[in-house]
Amino acid sequence: MKPKFRQSMAWLHGWAGVTVGWILYAVFVTGTLSYFREELSHWMRPELSAARMDPDAIARGLQILEERAPHSPRWLIDAPEPRRPTLRLGWTRIPEPGKPSNLLRRFESIELDPATGDVLHGRQTRGGEFFQRFHSELSLEPQWGRWLVGACAMVMLVAILSGLITHRKILQKLFTFRPGRDARAWREGHNVAGVLALPFHVMITYTGLVTLMLMYMPAGVDARYGYNPGEFLTYLMPGSAAAERAGLRAELTAIEPLLLEASRHWNGASPASLSIEHPGYAGARIHMRRSDTGRISANTQTMTFDGATGQLLAYTPQEPPALRTYGVLKGLHLARFASGDSRWMFAFCGLMGAAMVATGLILWSRKRVPASGDSRLWQQGYRVIQVLNVGAIAGIWLGVAAYFLANRLLAADLASRAEWEVRCFFIAWALSFVAAGVQGARRAWSTQFAIAAISFAAIPIVSAMTTEAHLGNSLGQGLWIYAGVDLTMIGLAGLFATIAWYASRPSA
Amino acid sequence: MSRPTLIHRVSTGGRLVAAVVGGYLLTSSLVALLALLLPMEPAEAVLTATMLSFAIYAAIVLSVFAARNAWSMWLYLVAAIAVLKVALWASME
Repeated sequence: MKPKFRQSMAWLHGWAGVTVGWILYAVFVTGTLSYFREELSHWMRPELSAARMDPDAIARGLQILEERAPHSPRWLIDAPEPRRPTLRLGWTRIPEPGKPSNLLRRFESIELDPATGDVLHGRQTRGGEFFQRFHSELSLEPQWGRWLVGACAMVMLVAILSGLITHRKILQKLFTFRPGRDARAWREGHNVAGVLALPFHVMITYTGLVTLMLMYMPAGVDARYGYNPGEFLTYLMPGSAAAERAGLRAELTAIEPLLLEASRHWNGASPASLSIEHPGYAGARIHMRRSDTGRISANTQTMTFDGATGQLLAYTPQEPPALRTYGVLKGLHLARFASGDSRWMFAFCGLMGAAMVATGLILWSRKRVPASGDSRLWQQGYRVIQVLNVGAIAGIWLGVAAYFLANRLLAADLASRAEWEVRCFFIAWALSFVAAGVQGARRAWSTQFAIAAISFAAIPIVSAMTTEAHLGNSLGQGLWIYAGVDLTMIGLAGLFATIAWYASRPSA
Repeated sequence: MSRPTLIHRVSTGGRLVAAVVGGYLLTSSLVALLALLLPMEPAEAVLTATMLSFAIYAAIVLSVFAARNAWSMWLYLVAAIAVLKVALWASME
């Protein structure tokens, strides 16, 4: 029975992997980029490069809101953080009599330098958020996209498990890596990328499913709460004491003691954001949300203070075990807690995941090279699969480079500028499929990776020609986000140049 | 490439349906039952059962493809779903 069992698992591994491989590769690439979502969003708006962290940012924000929106029923403050050192302020205007009261329409926001309070006007862009959205829903309708990515993740989980069963001796084989040009080399590359980062692959696949599990698997909630899930939602997000009415005018209490109290309560963590209801009235409430640094869990933790007296009214209680586990699993996927080295480690593992999928796809088609006796249909089909491999694996990077280059080159006042950046991503990616079809897959591999190398190397250069936040300034002034992104582009250019060189050698 | 026979294709397609659809039905029934029966706070039981669901689903899919006899695999699968649905109905009453 054993060999039959292994055979069926090997079959399952191959087909499961290849059916979702193209999508999974794009999900891995954009997911890896999403680890730097905040940094990329900041880099893509060089107008914000003057912003500097400042310990008094929140107090300054309150002062500005007092001047700009004294009668607003609600203020919002996003505190600056090292990965995004700007202060964001938002407020809702009072509904005007006789006009429809749409909350979103009444919302206004500004972005400022935390140190000076100067308003900064960043260019229109979707920044790093675009990659995160693509990662989780492939730019489709959210409902469809999330189900599709979830299904692919589930198939990936099956592919990983069946792959492990098929290659139980894989750890042994790992130490006999023989790089070369034949199918065996691809298999070993696939094994190295798959096994070295195996704990990461299992973790990221499972936690990705857990992140949207209430959508994918609602059976448990339905069984226990039926069609009245409100009680369950309260358990997931314990409510905080909301203001019932504004009451009489009363000045807002000093914020510094409350920030100190929050920091003590959260073992030194600071609030990431504040929302103030009915500022300037006796019924004012100050809600603070804990930042994600210093803890893995992605569960929200809040504290609510009376805005007039400064008294602590409510805080998120100690979470029960399952809820804490859920928060930690989601937190591991989002990696918002990760700083510096660990963020790079996650990104490296993400690239290993992309490499695992890419080598798996190539390996699958290597094993099916048509012989001269095969049908014409299969010979043509094989050619199509190879072109799709090139477009999916190499082409997406051309899209990414086009997105960054468009960010620097498109006119600042272009109508729907942010959408045009995204269009450049898709146009470049689509062209890579066409070009691979015209050129033939064999030669397209080296051509497209060479173009990717040149494009990524061009990004810091174009950046230097169009902005002040280029490497010449950013390194000297300690603008690490700008310098870091520019240097990473150069690193990627080196990586793609190496791949292009490998692919250009004869018998590739 | 060796050409798979028609029987082979039908059998593989059948397993695919059993794994994807049957597997999801079996998993969701089990998750619902666990959410009702796990000896914890209701919401904790729901979260625990749901977090386990993808491991359960994966195990079912692997078993469906590993089973040597397709007929007995279908029999076990349908029987398991039926038993769980009855148990679920009984515990909801």
